[in-house]
Amino acid sequence: MSIAAHLPALQVVVPLLAAPLVVLLRHGGVAFAVVTAAAWAAFATAIGLWLQLGQLDAGGVISYHIGSWPPPWGIEYRVDRLTSFVLLLVSGMAAVVLPYSRVSVLREIPRELHYLYYSMFALCLTGLLGITITGDAFNIFVFLEISSLSSYVLIALGRDRRALTAAFQYLIMGSIGATFIVIGIGFLYLLTGTLNLADMAIRLREVESYRPVLVALAFLTVGISLKLALFPLHQWLPNAYTYAPSAVTAFLAATATKVSVYVLIRFYYTVFGESLVFQKLPLPQIMLWLSLMAMFGASFVAIFKNNLKRLFAYSSVGQIGYITLGLSFDSVNGLTASIVHLFNHGIAKGAIFLLIGGIVASMTTRDAVPPAPTFDRLAGLAKRMPLTCFGIVLAGLSLIGVPGTAGFVTKWYLILAAMERGQWWLVGAIVLSSLLAVAYVWRFVEVAYFHAAPAGSQKNEAPLSMLIPAWLLVIATLWFGLDTSFTVGTAMDAAQELVKIGR
Amino acid sequence: MSAMSSAASSLVLHPALILIAGALLLPFLRGTARNIAVLAAPTFALIALWLLPEGRLWEVAWLDYQLAPLSVDKLSRLFATIFLLMAAVGGLFALRQPSKLEVPAAFLYAGAAVGVALAGDLVTVFVFWEVMAVGSTLVLWSANTQAAWAASLRYAMVHLGGGVILFAGVTGHLLATGDASFTRMQPDSIAHWLILIGFLINAGAPPLSAWLPDAYPEASWSGTVFLSAFTTKTAVYVLLRGFPGTEILIWVGLFMVFYGIVYALLENDMRRILAYSIVNQVGFMIAGIGIGTEMALNGAAAHAFTHIIYKALLLMSAGAVLAATNRRKCSELGGLFHSMPITTICGTIGALAISSFPLTSGFISKSMISQAAADGHLQAVWLLLAAASAGVFLHAGIKFPWFVFFQKDSGLRPPDAAGSMRWAMILFAFLCIALGIWPEPLYAILPYAVDYVPYTAAHVLTQLQLLLFSGLAFFVMLNYLKRTPTISLDVDWLYRKPLPVLTRRFGGTLRAILSAGERGVSAVFTGLIGRLESQRGPRGLLRRSRPTGSMALWMMVMLLAYLLFYYLG
Repeated sequence: MSIAAHLPALQVVVPLLAAPLVVLLRHGGVAFAVVTAAAWAAFATAIGLWLQLGQLDAGGVISYHIGSWPPPWGIEYRVDRLTSFVLLLVSGMAAVVLPYSRVSVLREIPRELHYLYYSMFALCLTGLLGITITGDAFNIFVFLEISSLSSYVLIALGRDRRALTAAFQYLIMGSIGATFIVIGIGFLYLLTGTLNLADMAIRLREVESYRPVLVALAFLTVGISLKLALFPLHQWLPNAYTYAPSAVTAFLAATATKVSVYVLIRFYYTVFGESLVFQKLPLPQIMLWLSLMAMFGASFVAIFKNNLKRLFAYSSVGQIGYITLGLSFDSVNGLTASIVHLFNHGIAKGAIFLLIGGIVASMTTRDAVPPAPTFDRLAGLAKRMPLTCFGIVLAGLSLIGVPGTAGFVTKWYLILAAMERGQWWLVGAIVLSSLLAVAYVWRFVEVAYFHAAPAGSQKNEAPLSMLIPAWLLVIATLWFGLDTSFTVGTAMDAAQELVKIGR
Repeated sequence: MSAMSSAASSLVLHPALILIAGALLLPFLRGTARNIAVLAAPTFALIALWLLPEGRLWEVAWLDYQLAPLSVDKLSRLFATIFLLMAAVGGLFALRQPSKLEVPAAFLYAGAAVGVALAGDLVTVFVFWEVMAVGSTLVLWSANTQAAWAASLRYAMVHLGGGVILFAGVTGHLLATGDASFTRMQPDSIAHWLILIGFLINAGAPPLSAWLPDAYPEASWSGTVFLSAFTTKTAVYVLLRGFPGTEILIWVGLFMVFYGIVYALLENDMRRILAYSIVNQVGFMIAGIGIGTEMALNGAAAHAFTHIIYKALLLMSAGAVLAATNRRKCSELGGLFHSMPITTICGTIGALAISSFPLTSGFISKSMISQAAADGHLQAVWLLLAAASAGVFLHAGIKFPWFVFFQKDSGLRPPDAAGSMRWAMILFAFLCIALGIWPEPLYAILPYAVDYVPYTAAHVLTQLQLLLFSGLAFFVMLNYLKRTPTISLDVDWLYRKPLPVLTRRFGGTLRAILSAGERGVSAVFTGLIGRLESQRGPRGLLRRSRPTGSMALWMMVMLLAYLLFYYLG
């Protein structure tokens, strides 16, 4: 059989093999080369899958049977529009972040740990891709643990010792979340006797009225909510993002929470079905209010943060609110907004954290603990690092949702969805919450552009190997604000498929 | 964005983008190269504009809508022409401006205005609308004074607020009609009202007229010249295209006319006088749009064209005085004709034009609006417009040149304006007179065919009588009109004074209340947690590792809440 037929398996296997290989080699430079090659291969695989899917009819699915065991007995890898979209985001981000890592890691992580960084990165990537591609409930849990455990290590790798507590806290909370998820999956297994998601969905229809189904739904909702940092279960996120090495923050911010949202969408629409989750239960209302609290609460807190990384970490919690808000509408437009925002927020926030990494790198002296990028250290930064600052401003515009940036497209579909349901006050709330984003982005602009730089500071732009990946993402935020055929087109297709399956 | 609709259209250059590209290039140039670029960018754009054929030239798909970022007809070409002309001559005037930010910002601003004029759809209008707000705020900043900084913030607030209103309106319109193209609308739905309000805010309409005289006079001597031309006139343009014949505009326009006159008469700062008179003149145009006949619309468009020229001329002369003396109050100026003859002559020509003196450009355009009112049998409107014409002569036609260049001698003998400034003024003064004597070229590019002869005995006599008597009134009442250094109150006082005071006074109380509330809530929660702790867990565990503990607690709370809701639901 040709390679093309095995792309779904290769998607996961290539980065998975890279991880132990790197540990055996134990050399930073070689590890970098191997893992970067693996990530690029993964990205190429994702593109390949995307193209294969494009040749199928609308609603077509690529189903791959691991070890040729047909589902529901064997493990099935299942690629539909949404899967392919998320795979592209995750592997694409890895492909961008890894070349950037080289310099960033040199400054922020002790030399003897470099190979571990790359190995863990490969594992984390494996986990995230695996969660996305698999069609098996228990497999989701396994990959979730792979990605979570490796991300705990990644966060703790930095020289800043507060990263250890942050990672430990995340470990405890993440484990509780994972436990909830596995309990939820356990309930579903007890009820249906199958682990294959598609099969589970069919069998669940027969036992829908049983109360344990609701218990399973509640456990899964809460567990996944923690993983995706839905307010008020977001408390692990700010510390983890703040103290992790910059490249790790960028990668996790752009992918980890997004994949969790993907899992939530999967369970809601594919397994439980839209009619159960959204129509028979008061879930939309709960989710709506939690989203609003995230949009306003977290963005409001972000305004008062002095550490740039922490500020944008809280902003992430707020932005996740937009994603879940879209889910709560239970309409094609709302779901489109959610799916598009996975991507749009991923690239914008990824760009911002990569650029902040550039700032941190420029402030770090060799083998010292990287200083926190607090506002008092950033005065007049635009003079010293013009490209970095301008990039943050542009990506910040996307967080605000200025027309012409990717963030606007999301807000547009959210507003459409709110109007469809005649909830005009929500339209006001969406616009109002953007003002909070204006406030926190403006804080950066004010300090970087209008405060006088300390005397004797010179131009000190980040190295090109960091600037180019970051600016690629900045340009992507602008590009996908104008050309929406890929993002919105895919999201719309995926949303229609999901809603159709869910009914 | 999808590819351009046809291969040929990709050869077409967008004049607005040429100017904006020039704006982005300017900061990197110095000396002669920069001077050449300042003059060349608008000139090229002007040539490009006149090479464009009519029609929707660029078509672009965005989301589900068909946009036309470049679309030309007679009306848009007229406004784009005057904007580019203004950018060119303003650039010439500002050649000696030491600020390196101002001219690029002004070109960005002017380019955006051209972009609005050439936009065939509402989304493009909105985008350029916002760029305009940014550009003009930057022009204000480049004055680099504390007052300008404060004014620019207030200015940006008003305009960003207006932008949000406009955006809400555009969104509503798109949703209701599914069509983005910018055509005539009726104020018959919330969305259209919002669009109208967004447009009117930029026009300086009540109750927010105050942003204009608040902000414009704080720009540098050359910055005000740019500011006077674009924002209000693009508003006139979009109203002309979007809401012709909307009756309420007549009354909004008349209010602005008299608002401008009253405040300008009370004012002492020469550039504030001229800023109020912008509101007044834009009022004429908006009233014309409200009347809505072909004659009135032609009149409004022609008046916008001539107004940009003479208002820029007036502000150039005021700018020249400011640059030479560093004074801006009428009570501190006077007798400058001794040493600044060219500035005096040019300023006076501008003053005559704004008062619609026969043989100046104001006469051939403003009289079309009054004529349209008369033709439409709107006696009250006609009468008010005639009265207002007299008022314009009082405040801008005589008051400004009299107090600045003549009256008592202040003893100042500054040298006349520098070469580039002089040439810019002479150019526009020439245009004021030339258009007044020979209006046909202007009439030829108006949106509708012109069937109007300005120089009839009746027109000229009426206007001369009006001017004569108001001139008489000015000198009879000179003592009352002598300006003392006072401050006139306007709506902006409301947001400039009491609001900050309120915030200062009650901000503390509010904060206290809020923090008390916060303490209360957190006390309740700590109490709850404390009880849970003492009952359920080893004491102090939750407190020591608070995030972890409280997270775990929250997980339980959420799970219970979900279960509860599910079982009840």
